[in-house]
Amino acid sequence: MAYDKFEILKSTAVPLPIENVDTDQIIPARFLKATERVGFGDNLFRDWRYNSDNTPKVDFVFNNPIYKGKILVGGKNFGSGSSREHAVWAVYDYGFRCVVSSFFADIFRGNCLNIGVLPVQVSAEFLDKIFAAIKANPNTEIEINLPKQTITLLESCEQESFEINSYKKENMLNGYDDIDYLTKMNSEIQEFAEARPF
Amino acid sequence: MSTTLFDKVWDSHVIRKINDGPDVLFIDRHLIHEVTSPVAFLGLKSRNNTVLYPNRTFATADHNTPTINQHLPVQDPLSVNQLKALEQNAAEYGIVHWGLGHQKNGIVHVIGPENGITLPGATIVCGDSHTSTHGAFGAVAFGIGTSEVEMVLSSQCIMQPKPKKMRINVNGKLGFGVTPKDVALFMISKLSASGATGYFVEYAGDVFKNMSMEGRMTVCNLSIEMGARGGIIAPDEKTFNYVEGRLFAPKGEDWNKAMNYWETLKTDEDAVFDKEINFLASDIEPMITYGTNPGMGTSISNYIPKAESVEGGVASYRKSLEYMGFNEGDKMIGKKVDFVFLGSCTNGRIEDFRAFASIVKGRKKADHITAWLVPGSHVVEAQIKEEGILDIITAAGFELREPGCSACLAMNDDKVPTGKLAVSTSNRNFEGRQGPGSRTMLASPLVAAATAVTGFLTDPRTLLINS
Repeated sequence: MAYDKFEILKSTAVPLPIENVDTDQIIPARFLKATERVGFGDNLFRDWRYNSDNTPKVDFVFNNPIYKGKILVGGKNFGSGSSREHAVWAVYDYGFRCVVSSFFADIFRGNCLNIGVLPVQVSAEFLDKIFAAIKANPNTEIEINLPKQTITLLESCEQESFEINSYKKENMLNGYDDIDYLTKMNSEIQEFAEARPF
Repeated sequence: MSTTLFDKVWDSHVIRKINDGPDVLFIDRHLIHEVTSPVAFLGLKSRNNTVLYPNRTFATADHNTPTINQHLPVQDPLSVNQLKALEQNAAEYGIVHWGLGHQKNGIVHVIGPENGITLPGATIVCGDSHTSTHGAFGAVAFGIGTSEVEMVLSSQCIMQPKPKKMRINVNGKLGFGVTPKDVALFMISKLSASGATGYFVEYAGDVFKNMSMEGRMTVCNLSIEMGARGGIIAPDEKTFNYVEGRLFAPKGEDWNKAMNYWETLKTDEDAVFDKEINFLASDIEPMITYGTNPGMGTSISNYIPKAESVEGGVASYRKSLEYMGFNEGDKMIGKKVDFVFLGSCTNGRIEDFRAFASIVKGRKKADHITAWLVPGSHVVEAQIKEEGILDIITAAGFELREPGCSACLAMNDDKVPTGKLAVSTSNRNFEGRQGPGSRTMLASPLVAAATAVTGFLTDPRTLLINS
């Protein structure tokens, strides 16, 4: 098993209603120098969370104890830019298991699925509803139901379904990753490789 | 059935199609660097796997290397750890490694093409989003995460859903002073930073046909900045001439066989794309970005658009301008600039240095400008010297640094200080991209050169006409 199984997640959420959040904001390049996958959560959104003297920026949502939970809700085009998987490691290490947005950058989405963070893409309207619900009540609970592929605002029972291909869904439910799959294909791969012209 | 260039290359590498899931895609060539590979090797070891085809992976150090005094020990201990990890992993598994100081060292997307690692019709991946660069050769090339680096090391495959297909046609003739960088920034400004997400883009039309290989690399490099997984341009005589004779390119009979295949690599006439977009070359001017994503760009002679006139959220737009210290309606030309950066995998090739030199020749660097001129590789550096470009830039008061990613991403010593405004030939103007609190305007090498000599954001055409 490559990572924790994901089935149903019930949690409050941290809202980040900003568009085009890029992976340089999620984790600035100067924190990519580790040779092991540890401690990245400390530097998640580093330059939005902390001043240059390392004191917390009080107006940033992560520094407001009212907002907490295992779900991060971001604006449109979340995770654009660099392919650094460190961005998702930071999201995971901080304690999030699910990121919700109305639109994800491709590589970020793929990286999420590869380490067991569930990217949930909702409509722009539903995203607005989530932001509004959290604004009205920061303790708003959200349920992410992977088997049913639904996201629900538990207070108002408003619900939307989300897409995930059945291969990745199976992986998330069981905690498998692609390497588990590819390892079983070894002889098929070698046969293919031998026929390659270069 | 009629198919696209992208289909031809992608489909010929699919080992298995998973129903309602990704394709298992064979990877011909894999590039690694010091930042995104160490954890992949750790994963490999923890699963007791090994590198299946070491001869299909190539390693270079570029992201966190210094660009001066490369002969001295690297100062930052964390960078040293990553450089050592790369060296040790390469040695342990028998992977070609061109570390710091090696004559073949340079930015991963510059040395790939230089050494014939990049080939038409190949699948190429690297743990770096600008791997899209290699699409300039008719390769399917894209950036991957570290988990996927581990997959490629252990199985030479990754698992990817096939992207949708888009074609962007740019026809006509580019105007005076308009470079491949401007074409790319223009397309991104029209499509937005997420306008091509989910797509693989083929660039077609007169403009790309007439473009040099260096220019095509610049354009494909920036595909990711409109969200595309990659960009691709059909290979032609120019491509084959570039590749022939390079270190890892096929030789002799293998070359002839490869050529037979490569000549089939074009989109069939009636092939259908999921999306097709047309632009006119004559609509493109030298470009500049004014915000904090590459989609926030405009012609250099323009004013910053009003929030109401742009697509997307007004709040995010205003937050972006506030970070830049700019106002809606500001004129771009004439803004006082502090730093100029020429280099990166986007514009660190010989043609970029030729362009820069064409403007600074006979002029002087503005006193208040700090300029970093960083070749993409030692090969580019040598060419700069051979062609007399070094003499020109030195006479104009500039210094040439040593190869590396440099000020593109603030991972090494070349960081733009807080609040300072830079004109950069790199690829991203995100908040803090060039250093915490730094402000970046993306532009072509010509705009960078014109700005470096005047000290203010300058339309290069005014200087080109004068000279």
